[in-house]
Amino acid sequence: MNPHNLSIEELKQTAAQVRRDIVRMVHAVNSGHPGGSLGCTDYFVSLYFRVMDYSTDFTMDGEGEDLFFLSNGHISPVWYSVLARAGFFDVKELATFRKLDSRLQGHPTTHEGLPGVRIASGSLGQGLSAAVGAAQAKKLNKDNKLVYVLMGDGELEEGQIWEAAMYAAHHKVDNLIATVDRNGQQIDGSTEEVMDLGNLRAKFEAFGWHVLEADGNNFEMLLPALDDAKAATGKGKPVLILMDTEMGFGVDFMMGSHKWHGIAPNDEQLEIALQQLAVDSASDY
Amino acid sequence: MKEYTYTEKKDTRSGFGDGLLEVGRQNPNVVGLCADLTGSLKMGAFQKEFPERFFQVGIAEANMIGLAAGMTVGGKIPYTGTFANFSTGRVYDQIRQSVAYSGKNVKICASHAGLTLGEDGATHQILEDIGMMKMLPGMTVINPCDYNQTKAATIAIAEHEGPVYLRFGRPSVPVFTPADQKFEIGKAVMLNEGTDVTIIATGHLVWKAILAGKILEEKGISAEIINIHTIKPLDAEAVLKSVAKTGCMVTAEEHNRIGGLGDSVAQALATAKPAPQEYVAVNDSFGESGTPDELMEKYGLTENNIVAAAEHAISRK
Ligand SMILES: Cc1ncc(C[n+]2csc(CCOP(=O)(O)OP(=O)(O)O)c2C)c(N)n1
Ligand SMILES: [Mg+2]
Repeated sequence: MNPHNLSIEELKQTAAQVRRDIVRMVHAVNSGHPGGSLGCTDYFVSLYFRVMDYSTDFTMDGEGEDLFFLSNGHISPVWYSVLARAGFFDVKELATFRKLDSRLQGHPTTHEGLPGVRIASGSLGQGLSAAVGAAQAKKLNKDNKLVYVLMGDGELEEGQIWEAAMYAAHHKVDNLIATVDRNGQQIDGSTEEVMDLGNLRAKFEAFGWHVLEADGNNFEMLLPALDDAKAATGKGKPVLILMDTEMGFGVDFMMGSHKWHGIAPNDEQLEIALQQLAVDSASDY
Repeated sequence: MKEYTYTEKKDTRSGFGDGLLEVGRQNPNVVGLCADLTGSLKMGAFQKEFPERFFQVGIAEANMIGLAAGMTVGGKIPYTGTFANFSTGRVYDQIRQSVAYSGKNVKICASHAGLTLGEDGATHQILEDIGMMKMLPGMTVINPCDYNQTKAATIAIAEHEGPVYLRFGRPSVPVFTPADQKFEIGKAVMLNEGTDVTIIATGHLVWKAILAGKILEEKGISAEIINIHTIKPLDAEAVLKSVAKTGCMVTAEEHNRIGGLGDSVAQALATAKPAPQEYVAVNDSFGESGTPDELMEKYGLTENNIVAAAEHAISRK
């Protein structure tokens, strides 16, 4: 069971609150990555407030729970906000993001013991391997819960992703749902300009995966896609969701380019962003 | 104490970017490769002026090192650019086999080294890169101290046949070395002659060593200060000559105390003429998020740490 199991309307409100957290967190330290965080907010909110089966009494092994791994660790703001709002730790702690002596490091880490995080990420390309390994451990433990992992699309340029992809299919790791944040952007420009990813569906299918596509900024479309993905597990193939998102979703001036990948809004921009991210009853940390 | 002043602060990575543009103009064999960090590495000007000699690799550092090694076979002089962590640990075996062991003329240019990368935290703050790189036979390891020196080093390494690891950083720091300096690989730069203690510093710690020298002077201690921009090959002669005069040594670096400049100097001393030595370096730990100044303070890399280390070294004579 998901501990929250929110309705679509409640998910929307939660997502708006999370987006407020994201822009406030990066603004406060004038650093961090709002673009990918805002784009993936609806996905995170769906997993933690509806789809995944987990306990907020965090254990590293997560026995009998669905697990989540974040491979593109730079979008830590969205994960931290969602973890806090889901009940892993006090939302007040979001104010320590990227500050000295914080558990909320620039990129997620186990080193400071933040509940919800099971492996460090930030150096790209490593998370799929870890998720595949964790999924295999679940099988060895006769634990029939699932492992989720999110990757960036630019991140797919790392060779290790494809090593893990080949391995997961070969070893029939079918208790795994990997998702690609297909926002079409990375640091130096669009993925098309920097390194054309080509036909990702065909590539992953050729690697032996079951591939689904989803709109990642629309709960009405995303939730059924996550259900379909779940239904596709246990059939001998790892499952991939190619999730279309818009970098910076929800804040108009952050959308439509790669520019807000890793910069923070100034005071004025923050005000505008918060106006656009209205919630019925805001409970900012 | 010799007076050092500065009129502006600049990041050393901009010294790299400007140096690359200049060496690109001088030498048509120079090519640039970057792994989706063109802006951070300041390689944009080179890319713009020499689009046909600039290669966007995407987020694929291992491939980048391999490509660079291959391009040397056609006589090119590749400069690869990414953060220090992804320039070393990420691609160690690619560097070891395809570049160092194969004797290829690749210039591995590494930005955002050390703690001063700041808020991104430990996943990006490599403190082990000098060690990894200096252990590779034939590798030259350079860690310049300011904008001017980084620019000069970037230009000079094109003339050196063989693999080079060039390490620089993200924050703006005082520009105090002369703009027209000639960069000599492997040649230590004497900043201040003194008699009581030798301070050998590299990278961002060189300016802090100068600040420490002033504080020590007020305390009546005469510090000899040396800027050792090249960690390998180490200018052992300069080290030994200075210690013969002062009788003790402090090394200062933005790196783990294990495997960095300090260990290279210690080896030079131990195998020739041992003398008391103190390390100013990170004490075998990972970094964390914070502002660059906060981190330098917390991890013991300030001028005051150098002063304390100098006094301790003197007390051990
Ligand atoms: C191994 C590695 N190389 C380079 C980087 C620097 N970097 C951080 S995020 C990023 C771009 C990632 O693109 P994508 O996965 O599409 O994420 P998005 O920009 O869409 O959030 C890069 C190159 C890194 N963190 N790790
Ligand atoms: Mg992307």
